[in-house]
Amino acid sequence: MSQSNARTKKAAGARFRARLSYYFPTMLIAVAVIALWEAIVLTFDIQQFLLPKPSAIFAEFMRQVELWLAPGERSILFESSGATFWEAFGGFIIGCGGAVLVALITSRWTIVSEATMPFAIAANSVPIIAFAPIMNNWFGITNPASKMAIVSIIVFFPTMINTVRGLTLVDVNELELMRSYAGKPSDILLKLRIPNALPYIFSALRVASALSLIGAVVAEFFGGPRATLGVYITQEASAFDFAKAWTAIMMASIIGIGFYLLVLLAERRFMPWHVSMRGD
Amino acid sequence: MTKDGKEIAISARDLNKVFNPDTDEEVIALQDINLDVEAGEFISLIGPSGCGKSTLMRLIGDLLQPSSGDLTVNGMAPAAARLARQYGMVFQAATLYEWRSVIRNVELPLEVMGFPKGKRRKQAQAMLDMVELGAFANHQPWQLSGGMQQRVSIARALVFDPAVLLMDEPFGALDEFTRERMNLELLKIWERTGKTIVFVTHSISEAVFLSNRIVVMSPRPGRITEVVRNPLPYPRDFSTRNDPSYHDLVAKVRGLLRDAIGAMSEQA
Repeated sequence: MSQSNARTKKAAGARFRARLSYYFPTMLIAVAVIALWEAIVLTFDIQQFLLPKPSAIFAEFMRQVELWLAPGERSILFESSGATFWEAFGGFIIGCGGAVLVALITSRWTIVSEATMPFAIAANSVPIIAFAPIMNNWFGITNPASKMAIVSIIVFFPTMINTVRGLTLVDVNELELMRSYAGKPSDILLKLRIPNALPYIFSALRVASALSLIGAVVAEFFGGPRATLGVYITQEASAFDFAKAWTAIMMASIIGIGFYLLVLLAERRFMPWHVSMRGD
Repeated sequence: MTKDGKEIAISARDLNKVFNPDTDEEVIALQDINLDVEAGEFISLIGPSGCGKSTLMRLIGDLLQPSSGDLTVNGMAPAAARLARQYGMVFQAATLYEWRSVIRNVELPLEVMGFPKGKRRKQAQAMLDMVELGAFANHQPWQLSGGMQQRVSIARALVFDPAVLLMDEPFGALDEFTRERMNLELLKIWERTGKTIVFVTHSISEAVFLSNRIVVMSPRPGRITEVVRNPLPYPRDFSTRNDPSYHDLVAKVRGLLRDAIGAMSEQA
């Protein structure tokens, strides 16, 4: 008993060490890049408005953390991060949810999905962000809905295209099996088409997670409430407070990566059977 | 179903299948097919590519519609037989649903047919035991070898006890050694279940080893050249392949196929 316990402990230790040595080069590169950045700024005496030192950015970040944690104080940076996160997340849910729904409906009738696909593919190559000022007019510049609208349109088309593909690109023999069981259309949809589409949907959601944050921040560049990351970056940059602008960029990156990891987590939960989940 | 070999399971009369009729791409896939398959018979369809053997199997299974002629399966039209769930199908690829465990793949037909969960599990486990994969019930399909996957696919085809088993080159993707072992296993399953089996293959030795009768087909247009009766007694095993009459039959079928291919190259 205790022996097997010790063995699992040992195995867990080995796994942890393997993981550590796997990520070690990545961490090393990250540290090296930051150190190099600091060194270059110091040796060439680069002005802070061109490129602030990482240590200065970090100091500003810690100041914001203190403000955020102190009672009675407020940190515009963290408020902005929260606001931008909700815009991106809301737009992601509305856009991707709508896309999957529309794909499910159109794929029910091959004619409809074939008619809408070229339109969706064309719409996918339009720079949607150009509509941001118009959305500001429609929903109001300080209304988060104007940013959510942009985000949801940006993520809608790639998600819809991929979902339709996943629902329709089904192996002929797999369909013939269902036919031989005299399966109802609902069986074919639930037991074959939707599981078949999951890998397609999740690869779209990964892309959409990154797109949604880009969409939200860039849409804010065209104007929005004070406490949003896009506005924070433009204002601090025009005030030459670059360390502050960089902390906002940092927060946007952290949220973006977090968002992506969230999608990966969902992927692991909903399709543990997929090729990408094998291996370790 | 009687096993006296008198009852007719599949009957084709003047069956024709034309793809893309009245266009430049018109192909006569099957011409004037007449064939009776007895209940419980193991019949192989063999011939070069384009001879229509898979098309014939698909017509029987109601995956394609004939252009003209009559086709009945246990006295029903193929569509009615399909809706009555009379067909178990096995393809060259195992076509297991990769998002389902092995046992849940075998349960799939029963799920579609609305069996209660407990009964599904029990029946699927029994089928897996029959193909000697009972211990792999909770594995994922990708963890199994090609031959094992194909055995799961056979278990899935048999789990709802269909009258007819339609097999389209089921062992075509396997290596020779695995294929011979699978042939033995299939014969065991057939002897145990008494299913009518329509077996499409490229392999002469496989067709001779397995079947009661071998339907030799030739292409352009796809038609039946000859139906060869196989007198080799069952049960057959590894020693069957050393039987002189086995070799005679293989030689005979090979000769018929050479004629079929010769006719094709003359036309080309």
